[in-house]
Amino acid sequence: MAAEQALYGLDKLELGPVHDRRRARVARRAWAAAWPRLLAIALVIAIWEIVHLTGWKHFVLQGPSTVASYLWNFAQTGQLWAAIGVTMRRALTGYLVALLVGSVIGLLVARIPPLRAALGSIITGLQTMPSIAWYPLAIILFTRGEVAIIFVMIMGAAPSIANGLITGVDYTPPLLLRAGRTMGLRGVSLYRYLILPASLPAYVAGLKQGWAFAWRSLMAGELVVSIVGPPGLGVLLNTDESLPDFAGVTSIIIVILIIGVVVDMLFAKADTALRRRRGLLDPAAES
Amino acid sequence: MSLRASELTPSASQAGASASPAVRLTDVSKAYRAGRGELLAVDRVSLTVGDGEFVCIIGASGCGKSTLLNLVAGLDQPTSGEVDTAGRRVGLMFQEPALFPWLDAGRNIELALRARGVQRAVRRAQVDELLETVRLTGFADKRPHELSGGMRQRVALARALAQDADVLLMDEPFGALDAMTRDLLHDEIERICADRTLTVLFVTHNVREAARLGDRVMVLSSRPGRVIEEYAVPRLGPRRIDSPEVAGLAATLTDRLREEVGRHGS
Repeated sequence: MAAEQALYGLDKLELGPVHDRRRARVARRAWAAAWPRLLAIALVIAIWEIVHLTGWKHFVLQGPSTVASYLWNFAQTGQLWAAIGVTMRRALTGYLVALLVGSVIGLLVARIPPLRAALGSIITGLQTMPSIAWYPLAIILFTRGEVAIIFVMIMGAAPSIANGLITGVDYTPPLLLRAGRTMGLRGVSLYRYLILPASLPAYVAGLKQGWAFAWRSLMAGELVVSIVGPPGLGVLLNTDESLPDFAGVTSIIIVILIIGVVVDMLFAKADTALRRRRGLLDPAAES
Repeated sequence: MSLRASELTPSASQAGASASPAVRLTDVSKAYRAGRGELLAVDRVSLTVGDGEFVCIIGASGCGKSTLLNLVAGLDQPTSGEVDTAGRRVGLMFQEPALFPWLDAGRNIELALRARGVQRAVRRAQVDELLETVRLTGFADKRPHELSGGMRQRVALARALAQDADVLLMDEPFGALDAMTRDLLHDEIERICADRTLTVLFVTHNVREAARLGDRVMVLSSRPGRVIEEYAVPRLGPRRIDSPEVAGLAATLTDRLREEVGRHGS
């Protein structure tokens, strides 16, 4: 049994020592990830403060501290949270519908060659369309209401989601397809067990891009197309030019930015987890 | 170097044809469209592999080895001629493990069981058994990227076995491994094939590997691929890659291949 022992020995040697990820290192890693961002924010605030101190546009431009206290007070009122609530509800609804529409179209286009010939370039073309350009049509079709906004969100987000899925299906490694076919995977089971899981990374990239488009469409809709209904965040950006409200507008911009960054972080986390599971992450770059 | 004549004579009669053949190729040709013309990859290959036989196919580049395996696996159709596997299940293994990276080792094997309709209740036990066969007990929850190249290839072997194949087609399965791992896996594949009376069609570039493993070694010509020589290798006892018999046959095979490749150089 010398060969057997040698095989076990080789396995052990090749796997190397087991990595230990201790809890203590989590804090250090979090700090390593956080400090560049904190530094960047501090820099922006510092520049802002300097510009404010120079007195440039001093009639309207207020300093960071004024805006911060405005935002703090605004957060105490229910108005800000209500607006965030309205906007996030619209964002989720629109995004989920776009997700469904984009995924179904993506899957059909990827599977059916004539459909791909017909729709493939249209989908790519739709991605380049600025969302604001859809609003006149949306208002004609659905009048000024939430449905119009959601329509534009779908037009913005669904093509990206569909394209992500199509790319993923196209990039399924041919060797895995060969392996799957020899195993006897055909038709639906080939998609379920091989092509769709293999497409997941590209699909997630499409979902992320789709979110960005949906969020922009939503902001544009709430701000520019004065929609009938409860006010969302975009509406709060609407100000009267004769009564410049620098602190008010800046506060809302900050809130919108924060929401964008948080959602982006969620997508990044999903993407990292996916790549780690598949061994596509450089372990050296992680620590 | 002691060469035994009996081992080196090209065998005119087909050694494996006696029993019921597991794989029979009759005048099989395969041409591919290449630009305006056609490229003949495989030219009138006839070949019979008996049940439980281990046949190595060796050839230089462009001998259509992989095409041949695809034809036997049914992934591709011959331009002319006939491929007959008599209803046997055929499993295929590649140079790369081709495991699904989103599944752990156990689930990769389980998927092959599921694909042929094995009930969930028995799949678990069968996966454990297969892992034990390739000596990977305890590695079921490791993902492919967490395993070494040799271990991945053993998972791929277990997956091919999970297809309940009677015929195992192997396309340079150990080509990407280091010599020591390859050497150990030769012992393993030999043991597993003997235990399960598997019929193996094993394609390789490596003459020593062919001489080490085969009951018969077929030499293919290049462009187009045609069987130009066949050597029967009697199994006189356990073989080693560095034993004189294996080395002797390997030398003969090398000479024959060089002769064939040289034809293209002139």
